[in-house]
Amino acid sequence: MSGLGAYALNRLAMAGLVILVALSVNFVIPRLMPGDPVEQQLAAISAAGGQVGDMAAAAAALRERLGLDRPIFVQYLSYLGNALRFDLGVSAASYPQRVSEIVFSALPWTIGLLGMSTLVSFVLGTVMGAALAWPRAPLLLKALALPVIALSAIPYFILGIVLLALFAIVWPVLPAGGGYPFGRVLNADLETGLGILRHGLLPGLSIVLASLGTWAVAMRGMVVGVLGEDYITLAEAKGLPQGRIFLAYGIRNALLPQLTQLALKLGLLVSGAILVEVVFAYPGIGYRLYVAIGQKDVFVVQGIVLLLSVSIALTMLVLDLIYPLIDPRVAARSA
Amino acid sequence: MKAILATLRREAPMAAGLAVLITMAALPLLAPLVVDPGLAAIGSVPPRRPPGGAHWLGTDTQGRDVLASLLAAIPKTLEIGLLAGLIGLGIGTLLGLAAGWFRGATDLVIRTACDVMMTIPAIAVLVLVGTSLRVMTVEAMALIVAGLSWMVPARAVRAQVLSLRERPWIDVARLNGSSGAAIVLTELLPNLAPYLAASFVIAVSTAMLATIGLEALGLGPQNDITLGMMIYWAQYSGAILRGMWWWWVPPVAALALIFIALLALSSGMDRIVNAKLRTLR
Repeated sequence: MSGLGAYALNRLAMAGLVILVALSVNFVIPRLMPGDPVEQQLAAISAAGGQVGDMAAAAAALRERLGLDRPIFVQYLSYLGNALRFDLGVSAASYPQRVSEIVFSALPWTIGLLGMSTLVSFVLGTVMGAALAWPRAPLLLKALALPVIALSAIPYFILGIVLLALFAIVWPVLPAGGGYPFGRVLNADLETGLGILRHGLLPGLSIVLASLGTWAVAMRGMVVGVLGEDYITLAEAKGLPQGRIFLAYGIRNALLPQLTQLALKLGLLVSGAILVEVVFAYPGIGYRLYVAIGQKDVFVVQGIVLLLSVSIALTMLVLDLIYPLIDPRVAARSA
Repeated sequence: MKAILATLRREAPMAAGLAVLITMAALPLLAPLVVDPGLAAIGSVPPRRPPGGAHWLGTDTQGRDVLASLLAAIPKTLEIGLLAGLIGLGIGTLLGLAAGWFRGATDLVIRTACDVMMTIPAIAVLVLVGTSLRVMTVEAMALIVAGLSWMVPARAVRAQVLSLRERPWIDVARLNGSSGAAIVLTELLPNLAPYLAASFVIAVSTAMLATIGLEALGLGPQNDITLGMMIYWAQYSGAILRGMWWWWVPPVAALALIFIALLALSSGMDRIVNAKLRTLR
């Protein structure tokens, strides 16, 4: 038990360290760079059509408001405190909307799109990989494997651009961008749901196609490895039917590491397909980040960057804590 | 030499990948035979022309010849990837050697730094630095990406060193009175070489992926022409929606080709390295 406790403590400390480093990087890097954030901020507000008036007075007021006139260490501590409450300040481009509001309104889109396409590609890829490991896999499947693996080498968004051109421009059967039918109020009715689904189809497909190969290759490797184990030989010696050995002994044992990968990928969801969202102007985190970069909206950029780091750190923590329950050897080895 | 040729024949996809990449790297020498490189400058040709006799791949909205841009962008993109991959691998190898050789506290610090940096998504740090910098250059970009791609090589080298240092020939060297540095340089590094070559390809590929991502978000070098920047400008000007396929298809196809070539190269090298490692054991 003490081993397990020490292990859990170790992982907790690690996650805490990661989050602290992420927060600090977020604090330090913008301050290392040339240029005054306050003046940039004011310039951004006036560029967006806001009335700033007396520049110097406004700068001094904003500096005081943001606490930038205080010593750097005090700034750091109050920044940490604010960040822990997820208070990330206000957006410059869409003033006075809060950064946390912007981030959280974009989050469901990203989680929906990526969660769905990750699950689909996981199931398809795993089945395909298992089938490829089957000694008598049909030739057609083997022929199909090569292009699928080649696709997995290409970045998601490159595939997205090609799909967009093919199915929204050349043969316009699907919408070219956005997350829902243009100008539509989002209600919980069937038509809205179908509209959202139609808009998610192309970005989702580019993620599925581009990650299918990775899942298939990993699963095939795993199954082939498992089929070489001694207990498979024993099962064969006992005269069990081939199909049963393959499914109940081979696939079952190969599936565990595959599930770990799935959990990891789900944690990487938020940052997984920033550029796919950009290509399709999909209203998720990635597209918001792209827009914020274009508008030089520093606080929104920082807020999204922070969200990316923290969500991964937390998923890793959860995964690390669950893993010993699945495989007790993990805690024993690291303790 | 004969052995190398035999290996290349056995690993046909790897040889093909290598050939593609070498040809692409040689483009600065070859391109002038096909098109005047000066046509890649803004405003040097009439804008928005579809492909034809004068401009084989047409021109973009800013008055650049697409073929000339493409032939300039491919080697530039490879250059960033190679530079970043090389620096990242260098840092990673040094840290990995130190962690594996000294063990103890050094190992703990390096390993923790690795774990922390691996958890923080590279794209987040890249975006942060990219938005803070006034002017992005090719060199700055390579440096930033390299600063975020040393972790995988560091961990891999550390693991290899930990296993190699227990081999009998290391004991022999130690008994001969060789210093630690000499052992690392003359006994460990040569044995790591095939392994490093394989991780180099992976490092280059991840570095290129990161730079292209940064460029597509609009944070790339504004004054240089790379494949990522070509795609960014095409996307920015709505080339896809306007049906200007000649503008975005070439960089997309070139990128796809590069990544597939890198995949073929790295999986081929993996097989060779694994065979080598087996004979070591």
